[in-house]
Amino acid sequence: MSNENIIECKDLNKYYSGVHALKNLSLKIKKDSVVGLIGDNGAGKSTLIKILSGAHSPDSGHIYFEGNEVKFKSTKEAMNLGIETIYQYSALIPQMSIARNIFIGREQTTFSLGSIGLMKTKSMDKAAMDALNDVELHLRSPDTPVNQLSGGERQGVVIARAMYFKSKVLILDEPTNHLSVKETNKVLRFVEGLKKQGVTSIFITHNLSHVYPIADHLCVMARGEKIADLAKEDTNIDELTDLLVNG
Amino acid sequence: MTGFFIANENFLSARNIRIVMGITPEYIIVAIGIAILMISGEFDLSVGSVFALVPMTMVQLVHQGMPPWVAIALGLSIGIAVGFVNGFITLRFGIPSFIATLGMLYIARSLTTVATGGFPPPFPHELPNELFVFQFEVFRASLFWMLGVAFIAGIMLHRSNLGNWIYSTGGDTAAASSMGIKTNNVKMFCFILCGFLAGFAGMIQTFRIEAPLPSQGYLLELESIAAAVIGGVSLFGGVGTIFGAAIGAILIRFLESGIIMARIDAEWFRAGLGSLIIISVVFNTWVVRRGENMVHKNQAEENENNSQNNETVTESKDE
Repeated sequence: MSNENIIECKDLNKYYSGVHALKNLSLKIKKDSVVGLIGDNGAGKSTLIKILSGAHSPDSGHIYFEGNEVKFKSTKEAMNLGIETIYQYSALIPQMSIARNIFIGREQTTFSLGSIGLMKTKSMDKAAMDALNDVELHLRSPDTPVNQLSGGERQGVVIARAMYFKSKVLILDEPTNHLSVKETNKVLRFVEGLKKQGVTSIFITHNLSHVYPIADHLCVMARGEKIADLAKEDTNIDELTDLLVNG
Repeated sequence: MTGFFIANENFLSARNIRIVMGITPEYIIVAIGIAILMISGEFDLSVGSVFALVPMTMVQLVHQGMPPWVAIALGLSIGIAVGFVNGFITLRFGIPSFIATLGMLYIARSLTTVATGGFPPPFPHELPNELFVFQFEVFRASLFWMLGVAFIAGIMLHRSNLGNWIYSTGGDTAAASSMGIKTNNVKMFCFILCGFLAGFAGMIQTFRIEAPLPSQGYLLELESIAAAVIGGVSLFGGVGTIFGAAIGAILIRFLESGIIMARIDAEWFRAGLGSLIIISVVFNTWVVRRGENMVHKNQAEENENNSQNNETVTESKDE
């Protein structure tokens, strides 16, 4: 973890048809850290990540990425800068193969006319397997449809995809929801591995016990506001639980 | 099929195959358009009407004194325009394509009848119908056009990155758009392609029978969806192949011909088609389930092996 901030948000506000979903939120995220973003349902976590990932734009406030102010018009723009978001339910296309999933929207092509071209399937298959091996996920074939993988393996594929495209920041939205204990541990290991490879991750969850062991920094949200922002060494699980429950 | 052959040995005679091969390419082309659109997660119920409207427009334009190739181009652009309107209404207003294109089914059919001005116009012989339907030994030129369409569509869907976007859009629109795919543009492209292919196929039929009929392509929309579904295209999007849709269309045509050749009352064709749809989808679902079960079994076994290995490891540590 370095002392440089990779992402800095200042006074973000967002309204959804009259509801003040995000209230003057400011947040600094250090490079190569794991930040746990916790809060109950409706706390504004999703709104925040939608803004950081470029899916929505804030009504007011500023976002700085590596020191420069950014205004994302689409998720593609955020992805091009290296901010990749993994949504809870919708990160992979279940019917499609692992290799095709890894390269959605960023296919390697030849003979292209404009943005359309023939896919280099062999090289994509090989790159997909390499990417999976890099996150210690050993699967048999890049042609396996994703719906034949377990929940933890799916998260592994998504993380491998983010690694392959050299993401700098990975936003994980409830990556351990609906996973068994064993699968959850797998995912936590993937995220720990990210830190070693110089990737910052923002881990969103309402389950403190999942993120606490691997987080460097914990940020608690309630009712659209940030109510606590603590380094792990300055806090403990009881204090955080209290904040989470009593807001 | 064997049954049909036994019932009438002429079923596989050169003459019958020639008849079936003469008409099938038109249906395959429509089924390909429908299949691609269904893979992207949408429907088009207006293909039957477009199948009539496009050639009718072309013929009427020639009667107005327009050069044949200009009339063909304008006719085909009507197919493109209908596809665009279908896509625009579906995507802009967020309504199911089933409804948007159901409306278009009636509108386009009505326009076709209006365009006849009461009675079907004669076929203008300055149109280059030899180029599209010239009769060779057992097949017509339309077979080559169909193969061309299938080849290009197959490369596009299975080998190009656009195909990857179509599958991902139909598989899970939210996931695809979170990966930066412009899902609305992808769907719009599929709507337009479907309208274009339906119009093109209708034109081929008009060239073949040398008469533009306002009733042409009646109920073709359901038959094309049936062909796609028989060929393994999913109603929910994200699954299917060009080859499957083509096989589906061929099976339907051979079923029809077989029933006629076996001297069964032709009204039984629809019953046969209905059974074919149900049987093939039940069979597809069964195959997929079986595949999944096998995978789950393997995974369970692997997990067991892993835990056994772990146990051995701990044991050896204890020692």
